[in-house]
Amino acid sequence: MNALNADYLFVFILAAFLGFQLIKKVSPLLHSPLMSLTNAIAAVVIVGAITITGEEGATPLARTLGFIAVFCATVNLVSGFMITDRMLKMFKPRGK
Amino acid sequence: MDAFVPFAAIAASALFILSLMWMSHPSTARRGVRAGEIGMVIAIIGALVQHEVVSYDLIIIAMIAGAAVGIPMALLMPMTAIPQRTAISHAFGALAVGLIGAAEYYKHAHAEYAGGFIMWALMFEMLLGFLTCTASVIAFAKLQELMGSRPVSFPGQRIVNGAVALGAVVIGTMLALDPTQTWLFPAFVALALLFGILLVIPIGGADMPTVIALLNSYAGLAASAMGFALGNKLLIVAGALDGASGFILAVIMCKAMNRSFANVMFGGFGNVVAGAAGGKDDRVVRSASAEEAAMQLENASSVVIVPGYGMAVAQAQHKVSELYQALTKKGVDVKFAIHPVAGRMPGHMNVLLAEANVPYEQLVDLDDINPELPQADVAVIIGANDTVNPSARDDPQSAIAGMPIIEADKAKSVFIIKRSMNAGFAGIDNPIYYNSNTQMLFGDAKDMVGSIAKELSGGGSGLH
Repeated sequence: MNALNADYLFVFILAAFLGFQLIKKVSPLLHSPLMSLTNAIAAVVIVGAITITGEEGATPLARTLGFIAVFCATVNLVSGFMITDRMLKMFKPRGK
Repeated sequence: MDAFVPFAAIAASALFILSLMWMSHPSTARRGVRAGEIGMVIAIIGALVQHEVVSYDLIIIAMIAGAAVGIPMALLMPMTAIPQRTAISHAFGALAVGLIGAAEYYKHAHAEYAGGFIMWALMFEMLLGFLTCTASVIAFAKLQELMGSRPVSFPGQRIVNGAVALGAVVIGTMLALDPTQTWLFPAFVALALLFGILLVIPIGGADMPTVIALLNSYAGLAASAMGFALGNKLLIVAGALDGASGFILAVIMCKAMNRSFANVMFGGFGNVVAGAAGGKDDRVVRSASAEEAAMQLENASSVVIVPGYGMAVAQAQHKVSELYQALTKKGVDVKFAIHPVAGRMPGHMNVLLAEANVPYEQLVDLDDINPELPQADVAVIIGANDTVNPSARDDPQSAIAGMPIIEADKAKSVFIIKRSMNAGFAGIDNPIYYNSNTQMLFGDAKDMVGSIAKELSGGGSGLH
């Protein structure tokens, strides 16, 4: 637990590689919604915030920091997904 | 219930990957949002059912409060404010990462973790998280015009920046080697926050697309580092995807300006070139009226519209769309030439024009539109300046030499809608204004485009 777990590095490198390949294929049309989508996805840090806020024996400090973190991450993920969808709804093909 | 947790992480990771895959095209992109949302719900359920989590009161209150802020924000935010929204959401995300890191630090502030991997990962995560937080706040303030968008510089800036960065790294290292020195921790956080501010104040408004993309990347990397520290593979994957996305966008932005990361971050662009132009006022500028422009546009068979940040500032996108509709009705082929750095964030122009009901097939990227421009009858430049400056192509001495431009000057005739003859953001003289095939339409972009569209749809009087 106190040394680098090579599995994590392995996962990171594969995910980064996959990310590069996927993002390169995103049409430049959608670069703004892409950014707000990835921002919403990165709000998955809420998982870590939930653990420190709710875990057994959490100190008041940890609970306070965790509370703010859960709040911030929720704002991001809710507004991120919704705004992305609002933007994408506007992209219409010809003849509509 | 704990058996569910690893599967939740795998399912959420897969859905996030699918989400990005479906973002490749407008026809599947909304499916991508759904996939991301489902992935997020699964991830949150997975976190809530862990046996470590025993108290739910604060979590639920924070989530309800977050939704209460996030939902109105998403519904009410005008599309013109998307760059600011993106900047502030980076600040929120990075703050969350930083605070989680801080809580984890205090949990691990025991001698047994000294010099251990967790400490290094936490320090790296917090450094990135806290600096991204304040840097994004400054970017937000510049975009929202709470502060001037011009670069802020002071004597010895690089030395100060370097000293602050070094200080944060040194204290972070000391804390990683000896986490029991908790009294150093606030200094570490303060230096990281300060460094974020210093990093963005010298960067001007026109470089915001690159900065926002870079901050996007930092926020992702910080999330990934947190995954390393907490041993959470889902965070590693989501952070890596976000980091890769921001990084690629930043590279695209830099390429579109023919500049390096270092130059954008430390170049102080926009305050170096003043005084380069001067004594050239004998050149002739031709100006035209809305009627004359309407007449030429009507007789054209192909028109290319080049929008820039000025269109966003003037909120002219709906009038531009009216112009597009009026010309299309008359059988004129109208395309929009979108430079990657037009506006204040990647893809800014596309969102504005899509909102104004311009079909996305008509929005053409720089590389695809340039071969078509020599055949275009008319190019209409609305609020763009540096992205159509021919000196980037022709003058190796120019401050923007080598920057790829939209070659609007190659169209048979060019109309430029502009308030006055003031130079653009970069302060660089633009020879396109003086070309013999250029006519200036002086005025506010919204009013000018509106009156041209009115002439075309028969609202005006003298078309003959």
